[in-house]
Amino acid sequence: MEEILGLVIARYNYWIYITLMMVGLYGMIAKNNLVKKIVGMNIFQTAIILFYVSIGVKKGATIPIIEHSHDVAHQAVRAADYINPLPHVLMLTAIVVSVATLGVALAVAVTVYQRHQTLEEDEILKQIREP
Amino acid sequence: MNVHYPALLVIIPLLASFFISAAGWLRPVWCFPLAVAAMAGSLLVSLGLLVDVLLGIPGLYWFGGWPPPWGIYYRVDHLNTLVLVIIAAVGFVNLMAARPTVERDFPEKAGPFYTLYVLFVTGLLGMVVTGDAFNLYVLLEIAAITGYALIALGKGRAALSSLHYIFMGTIGACFYLLGVGYLYIVTGSLNMEDISRLLQPLHGSNVVIVAFVIMMVGIWLKMGFFPLHAWLPNAYTYAPSPVSSLVAPLMTKVMVYVMIRMILTVFTLDYAFLVLKLNDAVVWLAVIAIVAGSLLALAEKDVKRMLTYIVVAEVGYMVGGFWLGNRAGFTGAVLHIVNDALMTFCLFLAVGNIIHVKGNSRLESLSGLFRTMPWTMGALVVGALSIIGVPPTCGFFSKWYLLLGAIQSGHYGFLAALLGSSLVGVVLFFRIFEIGYFEPLGASHGPAHGEGGAAVREAPLGMLVPLWITALSLILVGLYTGEIVGRVIRHAIPEMML
Amino acid sequence: MKALGLIIVALVGAILVYATIDFPPFGDPESPASLHVSPRYLEKTLEETAVPNAVTSVLADYRSFDTMFETTVIFCAGVACFLLLRVPRRRPPAPRQFRHRLTGLTFRIKDGGEFVLPVREFEPVDSIWTPYDLIIETICRYLIPFIQIFGLYVIAHGHYSPGGGFQGGVILGASIILLSVSHNLRTALKRMGEKTSALFSPLGVLIYTGTGVLCLVLGYNFLDYQALAALLPGGPIMARSHGIFLVEVGVGMAVMGTMVWIFKNLASRGRYDEGL
Repeated sequence: MEEILGLVIARYNYWIYITLMMVGLYGMIAKNNLVKKIVGMNIFQTAIILFYVSIGVKKGATIPIIEHSHDVAHQAVRAADYINPLPHVLMLTAIVVSVATLGVALAVAVTVYQRHQTLEEDEILKQIREP
Repeated sequence: MNVHYPALLVIIPLLASFFISAAGWLRPVWCFPLAVAAMAGSLLVSLGLLVDVLLGIPGLYWFGGWPPPWGIYYRVDHLNTLVLVIIAAVGFVNLMAARPTVERDFPEKAGPFYTLYVLFVTGLLGMVVTGDAFNLYVLLEIAAITGYALIALGKGRAALSSLHYIFMGTIGACFYLLGVGYLYIVTGSLNMEDISRLLQPLHGSNVVIVAFVIMMVGIWLKMGFFPLHAWLPNAYTYAPSPVSSLVAPLMTKVMVYVMIRMILTVFTLDYAFLVLKLNDAVVWLAVIAIVAGSLLALAEKDVKRMLTYIVVAEVGYMVGGFWLGNRAGFTGAVLHIVNDALMTFCLFLAVGNIIHVKGNSRLESLSGLFRTMPWTMGALVVGALSIIGVPPTCGFFSKWYLLLGAIQSGHYGFLAALLGSSLVGVVLFFRIFEIGYFEPLGASHGPAHGEGGAAVREAPLGMLVPLWITALSLILVGLYTGEIVGRVIRHAIPEMML
Repeated sequence: MKALGLIIVALVGAILVYATIDFPPFGDPESPASLHVSPRYLEKTLEETAVPNAVTSVLADYRSFDTMFETTVIFCAGVACFLLLRVPRRRPPAPRQFRHRLTGLTFRIKDGGEFVLPVREFEPVDSIWTPYDLIIETICRYLIPFIQIFGLYVIAHGHYSPGGGFQGGVILGASIILLSVSHNLRTALKRMGEKTSALFSPLGVLIYTGTGVLCLVLGYNFLDYQALAALLPGGPIMARSHGIFLVEVGVGMAVMGTMVWIFKNLASRGRYDEGL
């Protein structure tokens, strides 16, 4: 039992991201309101961002800005002293992508609203079936 | 020849898109010529790359001058060069055909439309040529976001369909991204070949299995593989016709290519076929996709919507052909990426012409069309024969290879599905021909009737010429199948395939 | 739909949890992700690019090609929102409104009526109900220049501290959005018109791509900033640092322009009147 608990605690970051991701996924599938679905989509994407960022963490390391001074010659840099910059770079991209998707999704939702005067999906489908 | 070709392939349309966007505000008349120049540029570069590959010159490009595991690199080989040419060619020809519709339906939005059009093609080209798993995600999103916007431009239900596509597409892309993250966490690399090298000792790991499954589900969502196809028919039906004839032939095929690339280059065939042993299950899924796609197509009363279900069935062909796991199946799948892109492109262009003239593409409004739109219907016949698989059109040859693959691996379910869907194709298209040829002009079209029922009322020449170029290319590609297989695809087949 | 949702969520969640068993523990410095590719970035960034901030050097140099497309994604979103929402301006004959600047009283002029009062003391507004608060307007007016200076600092100082083109661009864009939230859209449009923001975003990405093309023209690979040593002082390593700066400026412009552009289109449903 303790082993399993230890296993869970050592990797709690992954549990958090999975929970968050599933909340988003559920929102996207089960909600009826289109804007709620869009919010779910955003939570879903944010969960992946958290996952990536947590890959980059190293215990006891600091932010990846190398300490330097102009008078001292370059000293050898120990990679273990700084957290991994690559996931941060990737997530900067993913954040931008998720903002862009959100923008386009909202624009499309506005178009849907202009056409159907509602954002409830079942009402829209009813309108389409019975013109 | 030129070492910078792999970069230019993407940079030319990318740069052009900024100028098109600016021209939309400053000099709207320049938008179309700029877009044509961009598409022509990338078509020429892709042909140059094809020549390079035929001559055996490797197309490697290090962006920023950084060597592969650290920087991003592009790689052109026998597998992707044909796909590049097809994307660039379809993008170019479709742009020509798009002009009359764009100028009639949304003239004031021509600038942003062409910008997104060019960016969509850029995204697809980049996805095919890249050798970096994360770079692929970014380009995938470029193609996706431009695709969402272009589809939402349509009338009626288009906006809602596009929103559904956004949800499904985002889930698909995020699953892919998650898969890349899982691979990164166990290997520490993003470069496809580097990951593949590091994965060799990790084949037993849970993480790799889950990464594989998640990535495949994501890619299947994006390509509309049968149980995950729900977004596809509506999105492609309600999009404006120049958009559906661009997105429908290209997006699904590029995703099939991505699937093949990920399995061949990243996970390796050993892993997919020998460690996980998923091949039989996936081929059966493909069988279901083919059967379901064909049957759903049969039930439709709108030609464009029918075509979208044919796209769903065709995806089953390619996925199944690849997962058969033998040389003939692989050849058939890769050849079918090329052929199917051309075939569906031809059909969607023809339907686009019909919609341009008639306003819709319902079966009943096709009556008498062989008399009023002979050229369009002629090209439609060529495309339909190719989908059914009648020689000498190209559809016959790729289907032949797929059948051969099914027989060789003894997968008779797939064989039956292929033959059955061809039969369904015969029924489908001959119903269209029958309505178009034998039924008189419907009384519902008052003005046309008034001018005399048999008067030719064709689409503008600017739409007919691209259509016929495509229709002729179907036959031409069919005649040169031997060359294509022998000189390009044969070299792309991995050695371990039987 | 709810049951289906729960089933899918449970299934996907189970698969994902299954994988975590083989993950390296949280914060493990010995995990493969921290050992294979990334140490080189940390160890060589100062030597190779003269940029101490490894995130900036990876973002804008080692993986700059990704970042170029990332900026393009933003640009795509801007164009997409414009394409979907913008309604071509056709002025219907509608009553016009004017607000007295000092008292906040709003006058409504009927169709075809003449406005005879001194125009200087009035400003045109788009609807009778336009929120107006002297305190908020004044505070925001004084705050915005500082926000913008901070945005420029974040762009310029990305080499040495957390920051860079995206962050700075967002701050700059937010300052304009704050203007339109605290005042109204019309004021914000006066400061940064639709055309300006719509041209800023392709121009920014063009600066990025143009830098890459310049390297290509100078005989190096695309985005290999070493090539800029021929034009800028300081040798090939400083040229990388300068190249990163150029690119970050492009990113900042693109992000700022697009943020404002998307906001204007979304907030007013593409009509560019008082939507909020």
